[in-house]
Amino acid sequence: MKNNSIWKVIGASSLGTLIEWYDFYIFGSLATVLASQFFPKANPTAALLSTLATFAAGFIVRPFGALVFGRLGDMIGRKYTFLLTLIIMGGSTFAIGLIPSYDTIGFAAPVLVLVLRLLQGLALGGEYGGAATYVAEHAPHNKRGYFTSWIQTTATLGLFVSLGVILLTRHALDSDQTKSIAKFNDWGWRIPFLVSIVLVIVSIYIRLKMQESPLFEKLKSEGTTSVNPLKESFGHKSNLKMVLLALFGATMGQGVVWYTGQFYAQSFIENVCKVDFDQSRTILIWAIVFATPFFVVFGSWSDKVGRKWIMVAGMILAIATYRPLFGELLRISDPKQKIEIPDLKQIKSSRTAIKGSNDTLHTVTNQFFYDDGMIVSETTKDTVYAAAGKTTVSPDFKVSKKLGTGDYWKMVLIVFAMILYVTMVYGPIAAFLVELFPTKIRYTSMSLPYHIGNGVFGGLTPFIATLLTTIYTNDKLVGLQYPILVAAVCVVIGTLYINNRIDPDIEIKE
Amino acid sequence: MNQLKRFAGVLWLVLGPVAAYYLVQTAASEIAKKPNIDTKIQWGVFVVIFLPIALGMVIFGWYALQGEYDHLPERSEELID
Repeated sequence: MKNNSIWKVIGASSLGTLIEWYDFYIFGSLATVLASQFFPKANPTAALLSTLATFAAGFIVRPFGALVFGRLGDMIGRKYTFLLTLIIMGGSTFAIGLIPSYDTIGFAAPVLVLVLRLLQGLALGGEYGGAATYVAEHAPHNKRGYFTSWIQTTATLGLFVSLGVILLTRHALDSDQTKSIAKFNDWGWRIPFLVSIVLVIVSIYIRLKMQESPLFEKLKSEGTTSVNPLKESFGHKSNLKMVLLALFGATMGQGVVWYTGQFYAQSFIENVCKVDFDQSRTILIWAIVFATPFFVVFGSWSDKVGRKWIMVAGMILAIATYRPLFGELLRISDPKQKIEIPDLKQIKSSRTAIKGSNDTLHTVTNQFFYDDGMIVSETTKDTVYAAAGKTTVSPDFKVSKKLGTGDYWKMVLIVFAMILYVTMVYGPIAAFLVELFPTKIRYTSMSLPYHIGNGVFGGLTPFIATLLTTIYTNDKLVGLQYPILVAAVCVVIGTLYINNRIDPDIEIKE
Repeated sequence: MNQLKRFAGVLWLVLGPVAAYYLVQTAASEIAKKPNIDTKIQWGVFVVIFLPIALGMVIFGWYALQGEYDHLPERSEELID
């Protein structure tokens, strides 16, 4: 294949996959705003739909999408299948941006959001395997790791773009930042969903012009495509054992390293270290910017030294350093480690009337300043009731820390290290998965272990980690036991059973 | 090395049921602690999703014990039945 053609293939595949990840992440990133618009907590049925939207899309529908679209991709072709997933994803995302709120149309709103979120999960389950397979089947044999690593950058870049678009929109709706954030929470949140359609249309146009994968075309012309990909993938021992090996020896560990480095780290910085909303996100954005090129570095390197040891090394580094790295995040954000400047301390107090009652909201903010530039804001919100004798049982209390420049960049460096592990485990994995399975059932066979590893083992990381911290309250780092344990099992299985081959011959006789 | 792969198969064979037992027990205990619909759905999803994976681990262990991973395909065409 000519050099410019392979770059067209990579460009068309990567752009579409990046948009799909973007679409999937903006829902998660805006979960709090969406909850207030569509899933009022006071209403138990709406809250139930919210829980379903969170759990079902991530854990059930993604592997199911892998089966549905994987089967389709092995029967009718890669090109039209991952075109279809893009249309479903783009259409669902755009439609979420158009749904009137719960206050306007009642229960129809959360039901519609749930259905569209399920469609998003389904589409994502079908997209990745198609894009990775499509690029790998166009790539030169000795550069499969390098070329597929471009697809591997898209998940992280999708997260990067979603965070960037949300932060930009949140601050661009009014010159007064408080008003801008209020507008964003009211209607501005729809913008990230709506702009997606433009990107999707461009990507569909580009993908329509692409040719089918040459290897799939060959099978089709010979009449040797799979009649029943699901049965051939999971009903035959020789292939099922490779699916299980891919899951337990690679994708399971890769999933937890991916989600710990990019999601749990951000959540930990915001919710445990109490670093403010914007800083906790820009720290991740910078770390992603610096680390993303390493997907290509490790993907390319895996062509020379094999996929196995790079992935295993990434997991071992994660296992060995997660606790010290997260511990350092805690230490950096701890004001007890710093010297306060008492002269700068500020106390602000305000009272605002609560609509529809005679009660008022009393807000007190104490700001503490430290020698290294850290500012800690403690805000207490207390309802002052008009009725005599009535008091708030537990006032709302929030702490938010703004880091000084030095500490901010230290945190960027720590998150960068964690994303570097992600690039080690994730950069070579598309080529690794593609090389495990024959062409005629490749799409189905590689999609399922990928989405169980990522969607289930990885996607559960924030929930299980948080759950562990509620059970063992004395150890703020106890949540890390889950990714460490899963990655450790994966390292043992991967080291023992996976061989470090670099299959030079993807073009096989079916 | 092949002997080690086979012996380790026993470990994976046992790990599946142990993980499944631990999961169901934890789910039951968490639901008992907070018997609201959110908790039931969350743990219900965990159990439904992880039980087949635990079964997969048992099959993986069984294959390892049987020596299915003694020789892994060196070329893609070896993957076909």
